[in-house]
Amino acid sequence: MKQVDNSKLLWGMVIDLDKCIGCGACSVSCQAENNSPFKDDESDKLRSMTWLKIYRLHNHKEFPEYREAYLPRPCMHCDHHTPCVSVCPATATTKDEEGGIVSQIYTRCIGCRYCVAACPYHARYFNWFDQHFPAGTEEYLNPDVSVRMRGVVEKCHFCHHRWMLAKQEAAYKGEDTSKVTYTPACAEACPTGAIYFGNLKDPESDVAKLSKDPRAFRLLEKLGTQPKVYYLTSRDWVKEWSDNNMTDAPAAGGH
Amino acid sequence: MLNWNCDKELYPDGLPRCSLAKFSPVVLIGGALLTWGAIGAIICLGYGLNKTGMNDYFALGLWIVFDLSIIALGAGAFFTGFLNYVVGRKELKDVINAAVIIGFICYSGAVAMLGIDIGQPIRGWFIFWHANVHSMLTEVTFCITCYLGVLLVEYLPLILENRVAQKQRFVRLLSHNFHEFMFIFAGTGTFLSFFHQGSLGGMFGVLFARPFSFREGFLIWPWTFFLFIWSAIAAGPAFTTLIVSLTEKISGRKLIPYSVKMFYGKVSGWLLLTYIIAKTIDTLYWALSTLPRMGVTFHSLYAEGPYGLWLVWLELGLFGWLPALALVYPKVRKNPALLMWAMVLDVLGVIFNRFVFVIQTQAIPVLPFEKFMGYMFTIPELGIAVAVIGYGLLVFGLSYRYLPVFPREKELNPVEG
Repeated sequence: MKQVDNSKLLWGMVIDLDKCIGCGACSVSCQAENNSPFKDDESDKLRSMTWLKIYRLHNHKEFPEYREAYLPRPCMHCDHHTPCVSVCPATATTKDEEGGIVSQIYTRCIGCRYCVAACPYHARYFNWFDQHFPAGTEEYLNPDVSVRMRGVVEKCHFCHHRWMLAKQEAAYKGEDTSKVTYTPACAEACPTGAIYFGNLKDPESDVAKLSKDPRAFRLLEKLGTQPKVYYLTSRDWVKEWSDNNMTDAPAAGGH
Repeated sequence: MLNWNCDKELYPDGLPRCSLAKFSPVVLIGGALLTWGAIGAIICLGYGLNKTGMNDYFALGLWIVFDLSIIALGAGAFFTGFLNYVVGRKELKDVINAAVIIGFICYSGAVAMLGIDIGQPIRGWFIFWHANVHSMLTEVTFCITCYLGVLLVEYLPLILENRVAQKQRFVRLLSHNFHEFMFIFAGTGTFLSFFHQGSLGGMFGVLFARPFSFREGFLIWPWTFFLFIWSAIAAGPAFTTLIVSLTEKISGRKLIPYSVKMFYGKVSGWLLLTYIIAKTIDTLYWALSTLPRMGVTFHSLYAEGPYGLWLVWLELGLFGWLPALALVYPKVRKNPALLMWAMVLDVLGVIFNRFVFVIQTQAIPVLPFEKFMGYMFTIPELGIAVAVIGYGLLVFGLSYRYLPVFPREKELNPVEG
């Protein structure tokens, strides 16, 4: 699909895996921020709403050489031929021309789940159940984010609503709305500052600089999806988990 | 006292039919399967798709395998229409009605099942309203819907040919005029079917981030686009022949000349042989060229879980090369039992191919730190799938009982005629 790139804005994320301690604060804050529901029985993780899922990686070695790393995985917001956008029959998933955020239009989604099958990062989630919030927690729902209905797909949208709020605020103050920046909930919650967020096209931004760092890599680069989420690590064995090695693909071991 | 022949006025002119008592198993089995499906549908629509075995790793399951399979097997309808009306193979007039009914059952069943499969059935029309022209699924939806309309138009004259209905002058004229213009619908059906059969393959071939199903191709069409059409027209006529033969077995009457079955065997055989040559080349190119460029190896895709290399040998060998070579061999076609077995393998091959594309594509992890996933359907999910078989049994059974489906039935059964 031909996509017009006439924007000076390209939101991106850089996650420093050497700083990540796997505490899960990013994932929890994501759920709270985006009104992600709970199931009555959360033991079935294959149907849990985890827009930002944390994988535990290991180095295939025994103690005392055994090492672990944690890899938070939000939506990659693929920039090239976004797999989920091109397959959606009802145009319910879109990639913004300005900023490149991949979003889901819940009220248009018919729930065919073709996008879920198309995404290699497992970043898309279907509402298998009616959304349920334990008694009393409805009081804490974020009024800036709509709750979703059963039968539609949802996903990380880089806290798109925070960008909208930041633009509104800038407009109110009479500032240039095209220059606003914002911080998604996960980056805000990370206690070690491992998650950076900003404009990849702004050469002065942290994310633009870090994305060019020699430690930087992206997941499944050989597929050509051009994710806008970069990872940093100085450990070679962590970097090896970024792709399937052509001749010796490692057996699945993370979770 | 119950009259078991109370419906004889509805029988096709001059053709005997069994009593209602003998026919009742068809109604009972079909009705039972439909009831199971109806209960499954109520559960899945009422409580949600959490009542299925699907999850976020297996977003597509048994229903899509069933959909893809029955749409491929229903290809006998358009292909018979194409051969009869466009190519001019007039001997296929003997089987065209049966092929249309089977096609109608397959397509309407698939559409009904898709209506339950989508999470928001009431929004199904959004595909037409907010159509994404880049999506293969959009193309599939448009063409299947249109083609179902064509099949309905093709089926309608046959319904109107019921003996009681023909007593009305208007119905007589209408059905006659329908027949006069049927070549237009056959041509339209061929055009529509070509695209949606292909797009069903394209749906998986375009998944460039899923190396298991991704295929390169010609312009915007991945090779699976062409391979799905090819396999559907290789299996569709075989499936039609098998259903007609099964009807002959159950009814105890000869319905079409054996020469038609042999002709279909020959057509299926040559199409299957050319398909399996193309499929083998496609598999080799994918394994040796496409996959390494995507960072995975052929063996790594068959290394985990129950989905090993045996799937490849089964699909290409037992369900591909074997029936293809058997069907192109005239001596096999002359032997009714061998012909039927070769056709069974041909049909199983296309079902197996659709299963592999839907299920294994999702079972094989793409992220190196993800695990192989298994999938098992639930009872309500299975009920909805087998309801299509029950529906088919009822529609085909009732059509055979009350409509002149086989124009040469009387001639082929002179004693009873």
